[in-house]
Amino acid sequence: MLALQGGFDPHLRALDRLGVPSCKVLYVQDLEGIDGLILPGGESTTIGKMLARFGFLEVIPQAVSRGLALFGTCAGMILLARQIRHYDQVHLGLLDIEVERNAYGPQVESFESSVRWRDGRTTPAVFIRAPIIRRLGPQVEVLAEQEGLPVLVRQDRILAASFHPELTSDLSVHRYFLELCGADSQETRRDSSSLQP
Amino acid sequence: MSESLWSERQKSTWKTKVGLAEMLKGGVIMDVTNAQEAQIAEEAGAVAVMALERVPADIRSQGGVARMSDPAIIKAIQNAVSIPVMAKCRIGHFVEAQILEALGVDFIDESEVLTPADEFYHVDKHPFKVPFVCGCRDLGEALRRIGEGAAMIRTKGEAGTGNIVEAVRHMRTLMNDIRRIQSLPPEALMTAAKEMGAPYDLVVEVAKTGKLPVPNFSAGGVATPADAALMMQLGAETVFVGSGIFKSENPARLAKAIVEAVSHYKDPRILAEVSENLGAAMSGIDLRSLTENQRLALRGW
Repeated sequence: MLALQGGFDPHLRALDRLGVPSCKVLYVQDLEGIDGLILPGGESTTIGKMLARFGFLEVIPQAVSRGLALFGTCAGMILLARQIRHYDQVHLGLLDIEVERNAYGPQVESFESSVRWRDGRTTPAVFIRAPIIRRLGPQVEVLAEQEGLPVLVRQDRILAASFHPELTSDLSVHRYFLELCGADSQETRRDSSSLQP
Repeated sequence: MSESLWSERQKSTWKTKVGLAEMLKGGVIMDVTNAQEAQIAEEAGAVAVMALERVPADIRSQGGVARMSDPAIIKAIQNAVSIPVMAKCRIGHFVEAQILEALGVDFIDESEVLTPADEFYHVDKHPFKVPFVCGCRDLGEALRRIGEGAAMIRTKGEAGTGNIVEAVRHMRTLMNDIRRIQSLPPEALMTAAKEMGAPYDLVVEVAKTGKLPVPNFSAGGVATPADAALMMQLGAETVFVGSGIFKSENPARLAKAIVEAVSHYKDPRILAEVSENLGAAMSGIDLRSLTENQRLALRGW
Protein backbone atom coordinates (compact mmCIF):
# COMPACT_ATOMS: atom_id res chain seq x y z
CA MET A 1 0.00 0.00 0.00
CA LEU A 2 1.64 3.18 -1.19
CA ALA A 3 1.38 5.47 1.86
CA LEU A 4 3.15 8.68 0.83
CA GLN A 5 -0.11 10.65 1.02
CA GLY A 6 -3.84 10.12 0.66
CA GLY A 7 -6.60 7.70 1.56
CA PHE A 8 -4.50 4.61 2.25
CA ASP A 9 -6.13 3.65 5.59
CA PRO A 10 -9.48 2.54 4.08
CA HIS A 11 -7.58 0.33 1.58
CA LEU A 12 -5.61 -1.25 4.42
CA ARG A 13 -8.88 -1.95 6.25
CA ALA A 14 -10.32 -3.57 3.11
CA LEU A 15 -7.25 -5.81 2.74
CA ASP A 16 -7.45 -6.61 6.44
CA ARG A 17 -11.08 -7.67 6.04
CA LEU A 18 -10.05 -9.94 3.16
CA GLY A 19 -7.44 -11.49 5.40
CA VAL A 20 -4.52 -10.47 3.20
CA PRO A 21 -1.18 -9.47 4.70
CA SER A 22 -0.29 -5.90 3.76
CA CYS A 23 2.29 -3.28 4.55
CA LYS A 24 2.79 0.43 3.96
CA VAL A 25 5.22 1.40 1.21
CA LEU A 26 7.17 4.57 2.02
CA TYR A 27 10.55 3.74 0.47
CA VAL A 28 11.53 1.91 -2.72
CA GLN A 29 13.01 -0.91 -0.60
CA ASP A 30 9.48 -1.61 0.70
CA LEU A 31 8.54 -2.88 -2.79
CA GLU A 32 10.69 -5.97 -2.34
CA GLY A 33 8.72 -9.15 -1.75
CA ILE A 34 5.25 -7.77 -2.49
CA ASP A 35 2.90 -9.11 -5.20
CA GLY A 36 0.74 -6.03 -5.67
CA LEU A 37 0.87 -2.30 -4.97
CA ILE A 38 -2.17 -0.07 -4.44
CA LEU A 39 -1.88 3.63 -5.32
CA PRO A 40 -4.54 5.34 -3.21
CA GLY A 41 -6.74 8.34 -3.79
CA GLY A 42 -5.35 11.64 -2.62
CA GLU A 43 -3.80 14.54 -4.49
CA SER A 44 -2.15 13.26 -7.65
CA THR A 45 0.17 16.28 -7.82
CA THR A 46 1.39 15.68 -4.25
CA ILE A 47 1.82 11.92 -4.61
CA GLY A 48 3.53 12.38 -8.02
CA LYS A 49 6.12 14.72 -6.50
CA MET A 50 6.75 12.22 -3.70
CA LEU A 51 7.15 9.38 -6.21
CA ALA A 52 9.81 11.44 -7.97
CA ARG A 53 11.48 12.67 -4.78
CA PHE A 54 11.85 9.20 -3.27
CA GLY A 55 12.94 7.33 -6.39
CA PHE A 56 9.73 5.42 -7.25
CA LEU A 57 9.42 6.65 -10.85
CA GLU A 58 12.25 4.37 -12.00
CA VAL A 59 11.66 1.48 -9.62
CA ILE A 60 7.90 0.92 -10.05
CA PRO A 61 8.09 0.30 -13.84
CA GLN A 62 10.99 -2.13 -13.26
CA ALA A 63 8.95 -3.98 -10.62
CA VAL A 64 5.96 -4.13 -12.99
CA SER A 65 8.10 -5.72 -15.68
CA ARG A 66 9.06 -8.34 -13.08
CA GLY A 67 5.37 -9.07 -12.40
CA LEU A 68 4.23 -6.57 -9.76
CA ALA A 69 0.47 -5.93 -10.06
CA LEU A 70 -0.78 -2.34 -9.65
CA PHE A 71 -4.16 -0.93 -8.59
CA GLY A 72 -4.81 2.82 -8.69
CA THR A 73 -7.94 4.50 -7.32
CA CYS A 74 -8.86 8.07 -8.31
CA ALA A 75 -5.54 9.94 -7.92
CA GLY A 76 -3.85 6.55 -8.25
CA MET A 77 -5.51 6.10 -11.65
CA ILE A 78 -4.32 9.55 -12.73
CA LEU A 79 -0.76 8.62 -11.76
CA LEU A 80 -0.98 5.39 -13.78
CA ALA A 81 -2.43 7.06 -16.90
CA ARG A 82 -0.28 7.60 -19.97
CA GLN A 83 -1.75 11.08 -20.58
CA ILE A 84 -3.35 13.68 -18.31
CA ARG A 85 -5.46 16.24 -20.11
CA HIS A 86 -4.53 19.93 -19.56
CA TYR A 87 -1.86 19.22 -16.95
CA ASP A 88 1.83 18.64 -17.16
CA GLN A 89 2.52 16.76 -13.94
CA VAL A 90 4.70 13.91 -12.76
CA HIS A 91 3.08 10.51 -13.38
CA LEU A 92 3.98 6.88 -14.11
CA GLY A 93 2.22 6.57 -17.49
CA LEU A 94 2.03 2.77 -17.39
CA LEU A 95 -1.64 2.43 -18.38
CA ASP A 96 -2.64 3.37 -21.92
CA ILE A 97 -5.49 5.78 -21.16
CA GLU A 98 -5.99 9.54 -21.17
CA VAL A 99 -7.72 11.00 -18.11
CA GLU A 100 -9.22 14.37 -17.32
CA ARG A 101 -8.80 15.42 -13.69
CA ASN A 102 -11.74 16.72 -11.60
CA ALA A 103 -13.88 16.11 -14.65
CA TYR A 104 -17.19 16.08 -12.78
CA GLY A 105 -16.48 19.47 -11.18
CA PRO A 106 -15.63 20.66 -7.66
CA GLN A 107 -16.44 18.85 -4.41
CA VAL A 108 -20.16 19.77 -4.43
CA GLU A 109 -20.45 17.55 -7.56
CA SER A 110 -19.01 14.52 -5.75
CA PHE A 111 -21.54 11.69 -5.48
CA GLU A 112 -22.37 8.16 -4.45
CA SER A 113 -23.58 5.74 -7.08
CA SER A 114 -23.03 2.19 -8.26
CA VAL A 115 -20.96 0.85 -11.13
CA ARG A 116 -22.04 -1.95 -13.46
CA TRP A 117 -19.65 -4.77 -14.29
CA ARG A 118 -19.65 -6.41 -17.72
CA ASP A 119 -21.74 -9.32 -16.44
CA GLY A 120 -24.42 -6.98 -15.06
CA ARG A 121 -23.42 -7.15 -11.40
CA THR A 122 -23.32 -3.80 -9.62
CA THR A 123 -20.95 -2.51 -6.96
CA PRO A 124 -21.48 0.60 -4.82
CA ALA A 125 -19.02 3.40 -5.55
CA VAL A 126 -18.07 6.80 -4.18
CA PHE A 127 -16.85 9.41 -6.68
CA ILE A 128 -14.87 12.29 -5.13
CA ARG A 129 -13.57 15.06 -7.41
CA ALA A 130 -13.20 12.12 -9.75
CA PRO A 131 -11.34 11.90 -13.06
CA ILE A 132 -12.98 10.72 -16.29
CA ILE A 133 -11.23 8.40 -18.77
CA ARG A 134 -11.27 10.24 -22.13
CA ARG A 135 -9.32 7.76 -24.25
CA LEU A 136 -8.76 4.00 -24.00
CA GLY A 137 -5.77 2.29 -25.59
CA PRO A 138 -6.28 -0.91 -27.62
CA GLN A 139 -4.83 -3.10 -24.84
CA VAL A 140 -7.16 -1.67 -22.19
CA GLU A 141 -10.21 -3.68 -21.14
CA VAL A 142 -13.24 -1.96 -19.59
CA LEU A 143 -14.43 -3.94 -16.56
CA ALA A 144 -17.18 -1.65 -15.27
CA GLU A 145 -19.09 1.46 -16.31
CA GLN A 146 -21.14 4.17 -14.69
CA GLU A 147 -23.62 6.17 -16.82
CA GLY A 148 -21.94 4.90 -19.97
CA LEU A 149 -18.44 5.97 -18.94
CA PRO A 150 -15.64 3.50 -18.25
CA VAL A 151 -14.76 3.70 -14.55
CA LEU A 152 -12.85 0.46 -13.90
CA VAL A 153 -10.25 -0.67 -16.44
CA ARG A 154 -7.45 -3.19 -16.73
CA GLN A 155 -4.36 -3.62 -18.85
CA ASP A 156 -2.46 -6.83 -18.08
CA ARG A 157 -1.83 -6.68 -14.33
CA ILE A 158 -2.63 -3.00 -13.95
CA LEU A 159 -6.08 -2.15 -12.58
CA ALA A 160 -7.49 1.38 -12.26
CA ALA A 161 -10.72 2.83 -10.85
CA SER A 162 -11.89 6.43 -11.11
CA PHE A 163 -13.98 5.88 -7.96
CA HIS A 164 -13.32 4.77 -4.39
CA PRO A 165 -14.31 1.14 -3.73
CA GLU A 166 -12.42 1.36 -0.42
CA LEU A 167 -14.93 3.86 1.01
CA THR A 168 -17.77 1.32 0.83
CA SER A 169 -18.14 -2.02 2.58
CA ASP A 170 -18.13 -3.88 -0.77
CA LEU A 171 -14.92 -5.83 -1.37
CA SER A 172 -15.44 -7.06 -4.94
CA VAL A 173 -12.94 -4.69 -6.60
CA HIS A 174 -10.25 -5.51 -4.05
CA ARG A 175 -11.01 -9.20 -4.51
CA TYR A 176 -10.54 -8.76 -8.27
CA PHE A 177 -7.18 -7.10 -7.66
CA LEU A 178 -6.07 -9.98 -5.43
CA GLU A 179 -6.80 -12.35 -8.31
CA LEU A 180 -4.54 -10.22 -10.50
CA CYS A 181 -1.86 -10.45 -7.81
CA GLY A 182 -2.17 -14.23 -7.84
CA ALA A 183 -3.06 -14.26 -4.17
CA ASP A 184 -5.96 -16.26 -2.85
CA SER A 185 -7.68 -14.32 -0.11
CA GLN A 186 -9.35 -17.43 1.29
CA GLU A 187 -6.15 -19.40 1.62
CA THR A 188 -3.72 -16.68 2.60
CA ARG A 189 -3.17 -16.85 6.29
CA ARG A 190 -3.57 -13.52 7.97
CA ASP A 191 -0.26 -12.27 9.26
CA SER A 192 -1.35 -9.65 11.72
CA SER A 193 2.23 -8.73 12.62
CA SER A 194 2.73 -7.11 9.23
CA LEU A 195 -0.52 -5.15 9.34
CA GLN A 196 -0.21 -1.50 10.19
CA PRO A 197 -2.75 0.15 12.49
CA MET B 1 -17.99 -1.48 12.47
CA SER B 2 -21.65 -2.08 13.10
CA GLU B 3 -24.55 -0.38 11.31
CA SER B 4 -25.64 1.13 14.60
CA LEU B 5 -22.81 3.66 14.72
CA TRP B 6 -23.84 7.31 14.37
CA SER B 7 -21.64 7.84 11.32
CA GLU B 8 -23.11 4.80 9.54
CA ARG B 9 -26.57 6.34 9.76
CA GLN B 10 -25.74 9.66 8.09
CA LYS B 11 -27.06 10.78 4.71
CA SER B 12 -25.46 9.62 1.49
CA THR B 13 -23.31 12.69 0.97
CA TRP B 14 -21.65 12.04 4.33
CA LYS B 15 -19.42 9.52 2.54
CA THR B 16 -18.35 11.99 -0.12
CA LYS B 17 -17.71 14.67 2.52
CA VAL B 18 -15.64 12.51 4.86
CA GLY B 19 -14.19 10.78 1.80
CA LEU B 20 -12.58 14.01 0.60
CA ALA B 21 -11.14 14.54 4.08
CA GLU B 22 -9.72 10.98 3.88
CA MET B 23 -8.01 11.84 0.60
CA LEU B 24 -6.29 14.85 2.20
CA LYS B 25 -4.59 12.67 4.83
CA GLY B 26 -0.83 12.68 5.13
CA GLY B 27 -0.64 16.06 3.46
CA VAL B 28 -0.23 19.77 4.09
CA ILE B 29 -2.95 22.38 3.62
CA MET B 30 -1.50 25.86 3.15
CA ASP B 31 -2.97 29.34 3.67
CA VAL B 32 -2.58 31.50 0.56
CA THR B 33 -3.74 35.03 -0.22
CA ASN B 34 -3.34 35.21 -4.01
CA ALA B 35 -2.93 33.11 -7.16
CA GLN B 36 0.86 33.33 -7.07
CA GLU B 37 1.09 31.98 -3.52
CA ALA B 38 -1.42 29.27 -4.44
CA GLN B 39 0.84 28.14 -7.29
CA ILE B 40 3.87 28.10 -5.00
CA ALA B 41 1.87 25.93 -2.58
CA GLU B 42 0.73 23.52 -5.30
CA GLU B 43 4.24 23.35 -6.75
CA ALA B 44 5.58 22.49 -3.27
CA GLY B 45 3.13 19.57 -3.01
CA ALA B 46 0.28 20.97 -0.89
CA VAL B 47 -2.83 18.73 -0.93
CA ALA B 48 -5.10 21.78 -0.72
CA VAL B 49 -4.96 25.53 -0.20
CA MET B 50 -6.96 27.79 2.09
CA ALA B 51 -7.93 30.98 0.24
CA LEU B 52 -7.66 34.00 2.54
CA GLU B 53 -7.47 37.79 2.29
CA ARG B 54 -4.99 37.99 5.13
CA VAL B 55 -3.04 35.24 6.89
CA PRO B 56 -3.77 34.89 10.63
CA ALA B 57 -0.56 36.70 11.64
CA ASP B 58 -1.75 39.79 9.73
CA ILE B 59 -5.30 39.52 11.08
CA ARG B 60 -3.70 39.47 14.52
CA SER B 61 -1.46 42.49 13.96
CA GLN B 62 -3.92 44.61 11.96
CA GLY B 63 -6.97 43.97 14.16
CA GLY B 64 -10.51 44.91 13.12
CA VAL B 65 -13.28 42.52 12.13
CA ALA B 66 -11.99 39.60 10.05
CA ARG B 67 -14.56 38.31 7.54
CA MET B 68 -14.92 35.86 4.65
CA SER B 69 -12.54 36.66 1.76
CA ASP B 70 -13.56 38.64 -1.31
CA PRO B 71 -15.04 36.13 -3.82
CA ALA B 72 -12.72 37.59 -6.48
CA ILE B 73 -9.68 36.42 -4.48
CA ILE B 74 -11.20 32.97 -4.03
CA LYS B 75 -12.00 32.68 -7.75
CA ALA B 76 -8.51 33.79 -8.76
CA ILE B 77 -7.05 31.08 -6.52
CA GLN B 78 -9.49 28.44 -7.86
CA ASN B 79 -8.38 29.31 -11.39
CA ALA B 80 -4.71 29.13 -10.48
CA VAL B 81 -4.56 25.58 -9.06
CA SER B 82 -5.95 22.07 -9.67
CA ILE B 83 -5.87 20.98 -6.00
CA PRO B 84 -8.87 21.52 -3.67
CA VAL B 85 -9.50 25.11 -2.56
CA MET B 86 -10.87 25.77 0.92
CA ALA B 87 -12.14 29.05 2.35
CA LYS B 88 -13.13 30.33 5.79
CA CYS B 89 -16.46 31.62 7.04
CA ARG B 90 -17.07 33.24 10.41
CA ILE B 91 -18.40 31.04 13.24
CA GLY B 92 -22.19 30.95 12.89
CA HIS B 93 -22.24 33.01 9.66
CA PHE B 94 -24.32 30.63 7.55
CA VAL B 95 -24.77 33.19 4.76
CA GLU B 96 -21.02 33.44 4.23
CA ALA B 97 -21.13 29.62 4.08
CA GLN B 98 -23.91 29.74 1.45
CA ILE B 99 -21.82 32.16 -0.62
CA LEU B 100 -18.73 29.95 -0.38
CA GLU B 101 -20.77 26.93 -1.43
CA ALA B 102 -22.10 28.87 -4.43
CA LEU B 103 -18.51 29.72 -5.37
CA GLY B 104 -17.76 25.99 -5.53
CA VAL B 105 -15.09 25.86 -2.83
CA ASP B 106 -14.19 22.28 -1.94
CA PHE B 107 -14.22 22.67 1.87
CA ILE B 108 -15.44 25.41 4.23
CA ASP B 109 -13.50 26.13 7.42
CA GLU B 110 -15.87 27.59 10.02
CA SER B 111 -13.00 29.28 11.69
CA GLU B 112 -12.16 30.99 14.95
CA VAL B 113 -9.47 32.92 13.05
CA LEU B 114 -12.26 35.16 11.70
CA THR B 115 -14.36 37.29 14.06
CA PRO B 116 -17.35 35.19 15.22
CA ALA B 117 -20.76 36.23 13.88
CA ASP B 118 -22.79 34.32 16.47
CA GLU B 119 -21.82 33.89 20.11
CA PHE B 120 -24.32 31.08 20.76
CA TYR B 121 -24.54 28.88 17.68
CA HIS B 122 -22.32 27.43 15.00
CA VAL B 123 -23.54 26.87 11.44
CA ASP B 124 -25.92 23.90 10.96
CA LYS B 125 -23.66 22.11 8.52
CA HIS B 126 -25.83 19.12 7.57
CA PRO B 127 -27.92 20.82 4.84
CA PHE B 128 -24.83 21.93 2.90
CA LYS B 129 -23.45 19.82 0.06
CA VAL B 130 -19.96 21.19 0.65
CA PRO B 131 -18.08 19.63 3.59
CA PHE B 132 -16.99 21.67 6.63
CA VAL B 133 -13.94 21.56 8.86
CA CYS B 134 -14.11 23.03 12.39
CA GLY B 135 -11.62 23.64 15.16
CA CYS B 136 -11.58 22.02 18.59
CA ARG B 137 -9.61 22.11 21.82
CA ASP B 138 -10.92 18.87 23.32
CA LEU B 139 -13.15 15.89 22.57
CA GLY B 140 -16.39 17.54 23.68
CA GLU B 141 -15.91 20.45 21.28
CA ALA B 142 -14.91 18.08 18.45
CA LEU B 143 -18.05 15.95 18.91
CA ARG B 144 -20.33 19.01 19.12
CA ARG B 145 -18.98 20.15 15.74
CA ILE B 146 -19.32 16.67 14.22
CA GLY B 147 -22.87 16.52 15.58
CA GLU B 148 -23.56 19.76 13.68
CA GLY B 149 -22.21 18.12 10.52
CA ALA B 150 -18.46 18.85 10.36
CA ALA B 151 -16.74 16.23 8.14
CA MET B 152 -13.25 17.04 9.37
CA ILE B 153 -11.89 18.25 12.70
CA ARG B 154 -8.71 20.20 13.28
CA THR B 155 -7.27 21.01 16.65
CA LYS B 156 -7.14 24.79 16.94
CA GLY B 157 -3.72 25.65 18.27
CA GLU B 158 -3.18 29.40 18.33
CA ALA B 159 -3.25 30.71 14.76
CA GLY B 160 -0.83 33.37 13.60
CA THR B 161 1.65 32.90 16.43
CA GLY B 162 4.19 30.53 14.87
CA ASN B 163 4.16 28.88 18.31
CA ILE B 164 3.29 25.19 18.45
CA VAL B 165 2.54 25.01 22.19
CA GLU B 166 -1.25 25.39 21.94
CA ALA B 167 -1.52 22.95 19.03
CA VAL B 168 0.28 20.39 21.18
CA ARG B 169 -1.95 21.14 24.16
CA HIS B 170 -5.14 20.69 22.12
CA MET B 171 -3.98 17.50 20.38
CA ARG B 172 -2.82 15.95 23.66
CA THR B 173 -6.09 16.93 25.36
CA LEU B 174 -8.13 15.40 22.53
CA MET B 175 -6.13 12.17 22.52
CA ASN B 176 -6.25 11.89 26.34
CA ASP B 177 -10.02 12.42 26.24
CA ILE B 178 -10.40 9.64 23.67
CA ARG B 179 -8.29 7.24 25.73
CA ARG B 180 -10.27 8.08 28.85
CA ILE B 181 -13.64 7.45 27.12
CA GLN B 182 -12.37 4.12 25.81
CA SER B 183 -11.58 2.94 29.34
CA LEU B 184 -15.07 3.73 30.70
CA PRO B 185 -17.77 1.09 31.27
CA PRO B 186 -20.95 1.58 29.18
CA GLU B 187 -22.95 2.92 32.12
CA ALA B 188 -20.48 5.81 32.52
CA LEU B 189 -20.83 7.09 28.94
CA MET B 190 -24.02 9.14 29.43
CA THR B 191 -22.47 11.01 32.33
CA ALA B 192 -19.29 11.52 30.31
CA ALA B 193 -21.40 12.91 27.46
CA LYS B 194 -23.13 15.27 29.87
CA GLU B 195 -19.84 16.46 31.35
CA MET B 196 -18.25 17.04 27.94
CA GLY B 197 -21.35 18.59 26.43
CA ALA B 198 -21.11 16.07 23.59
CA PRO B 199 -23.81 14.09 21.72
CA TYR B 200 -24.27 10.71 23.45
CA ASP B 201 -24.27 8.62 20.25
CA LEU B 202 -20.95 10.09 19.21
CA VAL B 203 -19.45 9.44 22.65
CA VAL B 204 -20.55 5.80 22.32
CA GLU B 205 -18.96 5.60 18.85
CA VAL B 206 -15.63 7.02 20.06
CA ALA B 207 -15.64 4.67 23.06
CA LYS B 208 -16.08 1.77 20.67
CA THR B 209 -13.66 2.77 17.90
CA GLY B 210 -11.01 4.73 19.82
CA LYS B 211 -10.94 7.48 17.21
CA LEU B 212 -12.98 10.40 15.93
CA PRO B 213 -15.58 9.44 13.31
CA VAL B 214 -13.98 11.94 10.90
CA PRO B 215 -10.33 12.68 10.03
CA ASN B 216 -8.46 14.62 12.67
CA PHE B 217 -6.08 17.30 11.43
CA SER B 218 -3.91 19.84 13.23
CA ALA B 219 -3.69 23.61 12.87
CA GLY B 220 -2.44 26.75 14.57
CA GLY B 221 1.23 27.45 15.11
CA VAL B 222 3.14 25.15 12.75
CA ALA B 223 6.28 26.98 11.56
CA THR B 224 8.87 24.28 10.76
CA PRO B 225 9.06 20.73 9.34
CA ALA B 226 9.77 19.53 12.87
CA ASP B 227 6.57 21.19 14.16
CA ALA B 228 4.57 19.46 11.43
CA ALA B 229 6.13 16.05 12.17
CA LEU B 230 5.53 16.60 15.91
CA MET B 231 1.80 17.07 15.30
CA MET B 232 1.71 13.98 13.08
CA GLN B 233 3.48 11.87 15.72
CA LEU B 234 0.99 13.14 18.32
CA GLY B 235 -1.89 11.84 16.20
CA ALA B 236 -2.72 14.45 13.54
CA GLU B 237 -3.56 12.97 10.13
CA THR B 238 -2.75 16.10 8.12
CA VAL B 239 -1.34 19.52 8.99
CA PHE B 240 -2.67 22.98 8.21
CA VAL B 241 0.05 25.61 7.90
CA GLY B 242 -1.20 29.17 8.03
CA SER B 243 1.11 32.11 8.45
CA GLY B 244 4.16 29.85 8.88
CA ILE B 245 4.97 29.49 5.19
CA PHE B 246 4.45 32.90 3.64
CA LYS B 247 5.78 34.74 6.71
CA SER B 248 9.08 32.88 6.42
CA GLU B 249 12.20 33.93 4.52
CA ASN B 250 11.93 31.28 1.77
CA PRO B 251 8.29 30.15 1.40
CA ALA B 252 8.76 27.78 -1.58
CA ARG B 253 11.58 25.90 0.11
CA LEU B 254 9.90 25.74 3.51
CA ALA B 255 6.61 24.60 1.97
CA LYS B 256 8.30 21.72 0.15
CA ALA B 257 10.22 20.75 3.30
CA ILE B 258 7.03 20.63 5.38
CA VAL B 259 5.30 18.46 2.73
CA GLU B 260 8.17 15.96 2.81
CA ALA B 261 8.29 16.06 6.61
CA VAL B 262 4.59 15.15 6.86
CA SER B 263 4.95 12.28 4.39
CA HIS B 264 7.88 10.80 6.33
CA TYR B 265 7.06 12.14 9.78
CA LYS B 266 8.48 9.11 11.58
CA ASP B 267 11.87 9.23 9.83
CA PRO B 268 14.29 11.57 11.67
CA ARG B 269 16.90 11.18 8.90
CA ILE B 270 14.56 12.64 6.32
CA LEU B 271 13.38 15.28 8.80
CA ALA B 272 16.99 16.33 9.36
CA GLU B 273 17.64 16.45 5.63
CA VAL B 274 14.61 18.61 4.81
CA SER B 275 15.21 20.96 7.76
CA GLU B 276 18.57 22.12 6.41
CA ASN B 277 19.09 25.70 5.16
CA LEU B 278 15.48 26.79 5.19
CA GLY B 279 16.26 30.37 6.15
CA ALA B 280 14.47 32.13 8.98
CA ALA B 281 11.10 30.79 10.11
CA MET B 282 8.40 33.30 11.07
CA SER B 283 9.49 35.05 14.24
CA GLY B 284 6.53 34.00 16.37
CA ILE B 285 4.85 35.10 19.57
CA ASP B 286 5.21 33.90 23.16
CA LEU B 287 1.67 32.91 24.18
CA ARG B 288 2.18 34.41 27.63
CA SER B 289 2.35 37.86 26.02
CA LEU B 290 -1.21 37.52 24.68
CA THR B 291 -4.25 38.68 26.64
CA GLU B 292 -7.36 36.53 26.79
CA ASN B 293 -8.94 38.76 24.11
CA GLN B 294 -6.09 38.06 21.72
CA ARG B 295 -6.49 34.29 21.99
CA LEU B 296 -8.38 33.07 18.93
CA ALA B 297 -8.69 29.50 20.24
CA LEU B 298 -11.12 30.65 22.93
CA ARG B 299 -13.68 31.46 20.21
CA GLY B 300 -16.22 28.67 19.59
CA TRP B 301 -18.88 27.19 21.85
